[in-house]
Amino acid sequence: MISIINIGMNHESAPVEFRECLAKDPENVSYALDFIRDSDHLREGFFLSTCNRVEVFCICDDPESARQVLVDMLSRLSNMPEENLIPNLYFFQGVEAVKHIFRVAASLDSMIVGEPQILGQIKDAYRQTVSESHTSGVVLNRLMHRAFHVAKRVKTETGISQAAVSISYAAVELAKKIFYDLKDKKILLIGAGEMAELAATHLISNGITSLTVANRSFERALNVAEKFNGKAVLWEEIETSLLEGDIVITSTASTEYVVVYDTLKGLLKKRRNRPIFFIDIAVPRDVDPKINDLGNVYLYDIDDLKDIVEENSEQRRQEAVKAERIIAEEVIRFGNWLQTLEIVPTIAALKEKAESIRKTEIQKSLSSLGDLTPSQIEAIEILTLSLTDKIFNDPVLVLKQKAGSKSKDNYLNITRELFNLDKEMDN
Amino acid sequence: MDQILFTIALILMLVASCGFVAFIIVQKKRIFSVSYRVLEVGFAFHTVFLIHNWSTLGILPVLGLKSALSSFAWFITLVYFIFHKRFGLMVLGSFVTPFVAVMMILYAMAPGTELIIKPALKSAWLWIHVLTVFAGDGMFVITFMASIMYLMQERQIKKKFHGSIYSRLPSLESLDAINRSSLIYGFCFLTIGLITGALYAQFAMGSYWQWDPKEVWSMITWLAYAVLLHGRLAVGWRGEKAALLSIACFIVLLFAFIGGGLLFSSYHSFSSLIGGTGS
Repeated sequence: MISIINIGMNHESAPVEFRECLAKDPENVSYALDFIRDSDHLREGFFLSTCNRVEVFCICDDPESARQVLVDMLSRLSNMPEENLIPNLYFFQGVEAVKHIFRVAASLDSMIVGEPQILGQIKDAYRQTVSESHTSGVVLNRLMHRAFHVAKRVKTETGISQAAVSISYAAVELAKKIFYDLKDKKILLIGAGEMAELAATHLISNGITSLTVANRSFERALNVAEKFNGKAVLWEEIETSLLEGDIVITSTASTEYVVVYDTLKGLLKKRRNRPIFFIDIAVPRDVDPKINDLGNVYLYDIDDLKDIVEENSEQRRQEAVKAERIIAEEVIRFGNWLQTLEIVPTIAALKEKAESIRKTEIQKSLSSLGDLTPSQIEAIEILTLSLTDKIFNDPVLVLKQKAGSKSKDNYLNITRELFNLDKEMDN
Repeated sequence: MDQILFTIALILMLVASCGFVAFIIVQKKRIFSVSYRVLEVGFAFHTVFLIHNWSTLGILPVLGLKSALSSFAWFITLVYFIFHKRFGLMVLGSFVTPFVAVMMILYAMAPGTELIIKPALKSAWLWIHVLTVFAGDGMFVITFMASIMYLMQERQIKKKFHGSIYSRLPSLESLDAINRSSLIYGFCFLTIGLITGALYAQFAMGSYWQWDPKEVWSMITWLAYAVLLHGRLAVGWRGEKAALLSIACFIVLLFAFIGGGLLFSSYHSFSSLIGGTGS
């Protein structure tokens, strides 16, 4: 009896120090895949390692020993004794494992639910599994393709990936609704807090390349600028920098407004009214709220952003229910397919198919043969029966021979495809 | 025959409009691509209808207000296709096609028959005049729609209320870019239209300018758009201001288009051009 097992760790099961130990080295992936290929307990295997999670999926005959082998492998990879590692891991088996990979691919298990990167990471890891280590077989191939299919369904049928649920993410989404293309836009950081850096990181990962930092301490400004390949300006240069910047993130500790209405109003004409987007994450606020009334000026402060995030989280919770329903459906579908990968049901399906063909053909012929005596009809029955039996005898024998072998799944899969036994289950 | 062609075109246009509106509500790409196909087929029927009219009347069916509606609808659709190719904004269709559908319904309901022109007035200048004015007006419809979309979207962003429209409309900058580019092209076409019109008037009636109400209103429209274009290109107007002014200009244009044809008597209002009625 084949079984799918999954061992992994994510942001919930393990603190970041543990995840780092496994994620840091790209060599780990090839090591793990080689290990899986060479192990006698594992028939197929897939290994994924990102900064937020590690996932191993294996197809095996004996889940207990397979699990032991994999824990051993992870412990060697992370240089951590097993007893420290195990509390940070989760284990799934059978339909639970299937459900888990579907949830991960659909980004329901992510730290930021709905974030799109994870699917790309799984696809890359799967590509490596197929082309380099050749550790994927019939079951894993099908499992991964179903996972991609599920992710696509969740994406198109639910709104889960649409709503931004972190403040910096929400800021990026807003910027995308104001500007057509972020690539040629310029960021201006006024004050360089951690949140401001996070927002800047998000914007940069969305294609912005130009960044300017102004800070009361010029040294700090230089440090941050260096980090983002940007440039630092003096505090006194803020006004001229406002002429250039398109997205301004303010996060100073100042108790007075750093950007005041009258100054900005005077600058707008020199900017030729190019839109400017202020993200004010400072408390107390750095930007005069009145400036939102100016044409082509958009201001969101930390509370506005929090409101968006909250609203989106609620919306996402509702969409997540829909997504879980899709996943439940697909898990059942996959489970049904998995059951067919056994010798006995396949042979039964094969015989059933032969018998149904035989019956329909006899039905068709009898009507055109005219009146036949009972013995003639019986002769036809015997003739067709022995025909189908003889034709299917060899395939059935081969399948029975393969019962214990490693290539069993392959033979079953090919048989089912050749004789079209799964017609109603695909799609 | 032409009735059948037009009815098919109208039905397809209505189906496409419903599809585009459904697309903006449920956000399924499939609905959009199907509606777009339907629109293309409808447009083809409309084209055949116009060609058929052309061949039976001997002139392009553009002279009466009734026929102008149909040709104008065709031009707006054409301009929409061009802007769709250029900007790839799927929601634009949801705004433009209902507008076109209404024009086609008005055409179907409007009384009157196709008009034929006195043979003496036939001239290539007339075609260039009419076609460029229509192309320009079609561009301005897009400017108008983009302005409305801009104002809706900006309101959502400024008020920090992100309703369902917010996620469905594109970014402010792209709407402003559509506004700008349709304005520039529209203005070029309208300018050529007015110049060729004047030249044609000189050829047909011996005078470039006759203070005819439609002429005056067209000039006012042209001036309004000229001010807007100058403001955009030289002064740096954009965004909300440009959108509001585009809408104001479009109201002037509508008045010139409909009012000029209906309210005043002039040689543009077709009575003096007519040499008989078509069948």
